[in-house]
Amino acid sequence: MEAERIHGLLREKFGNAIEQGVGAGDWPVVTVDGASLAGIGRLLRDDPSLDFDCLSNLSGVDRKNDDLIEVWYHLFSYGKRHQVALRATTPRPDPVLPTVSHLWPIADWLERECWDLLGVRFVEHPDLRRLLMPEDWVGHPLRKDFVEPDEYHGISTRRESLLKL
Amino acid sequence: MSLINTVPETVLTTKVDDLLNWTRKSSVWYMLFGLACCAIEMMQTGGPRSDLDRFGAVPRATPRVSDLIIVSGTLTLKMALRTKLLFEQMPEPRYAISMGSCANCGGLFQLAYSVCDGVDKVIPIDVYVPGCPPRPEALTEGLLKLQDKIQQERWLVRKPDVAVA
Repeated sequence: MEAERIHGLLREKFGNAIEQGVGAGDWPVVTVDGASLAGIGRLLRDDPSLDFDCLSNLSGVDRKNDDLIEVWYHLFSYGKRHQVALRATTPRPDPVLPTVSHLWPIADWLERECWDLLGVRFVEHPDLRRLLMPEDWVGHPLRKDFVEPDEYHGISTRRESLLKL
Repeated sequence: MSLINTVPETVLTTKVDDLLNWTRKSSVWYMLFGLACCAIEMMQTGGPRSDLDRFGAVPRATPRVSDLIIVSGTLTLKMALRTKLLFEQMPEPRYAISMGSCANCGGLFQLAYSVCDGVDKVIPIDVYVPGCPPRPEALTEGLLKLQDKIQQERWLVRKPDVAVA
């Protein structure tokens, strides 16, 4: 199915929660309202004509200048051989989005990674712990204003430049 | 006629220290501990072509029976604490080889927020093997250097200047 028709179907069902226009590219981009993400995801997965059974990727972008955090959902349908990318934005000081881990189980770890590195809280996620960084780590390292701590459990993170002998 | 000529030719004479060190250096059991791409080279070193077993070094699956830990690969801060714990579980005398640029100084990733730049910040290192990753020959050379070091040790002579921990 073409991206315009997918976009039209979503507009029909969710109205203004779907922004107008489809971004060009290999993965056509549909900008959605984060609050209705779970419903949008359910439609995309369960509607037989859409059949998006694969969440290829879930990634986050820190748009510090706009005070926003973007979360991207790259969806693919093995049955229909079509693809679409969803873009949801959330305010940077308190980024909150509904989870989609009950729709695509892979989102469990991907959302944990996004929480770990960018601090996006996924509501109703079954187990929102850090995935990559240590459990007692402070801060979210992919935020643009993240400051690396001087030490971690007595291990200094500072080393003189190797160029200076 | 000196004493040495009174014993049969089938008897070898040596110092107790040398004998003990010879036995110890001929059975350096190393712990199976791979962190990144260097671990692939470590497996090659233990494989038939390079065959670390020639020098009495065989892999063990637990730190509690190991004499040597080969830190092979990028050490993250999360892993650094666990590496220290593993090293502390090894019975003394214990040795550590830092294999590759990442373990030596953080290497390519030393400016990353998650990387411990140098395993020597966590555990004492006996031999540093340079390379990215080192070839099996280099790691074999590192083991031979460690064997030289073991052969030089003196356990039976009390060293007055060494404080008892």
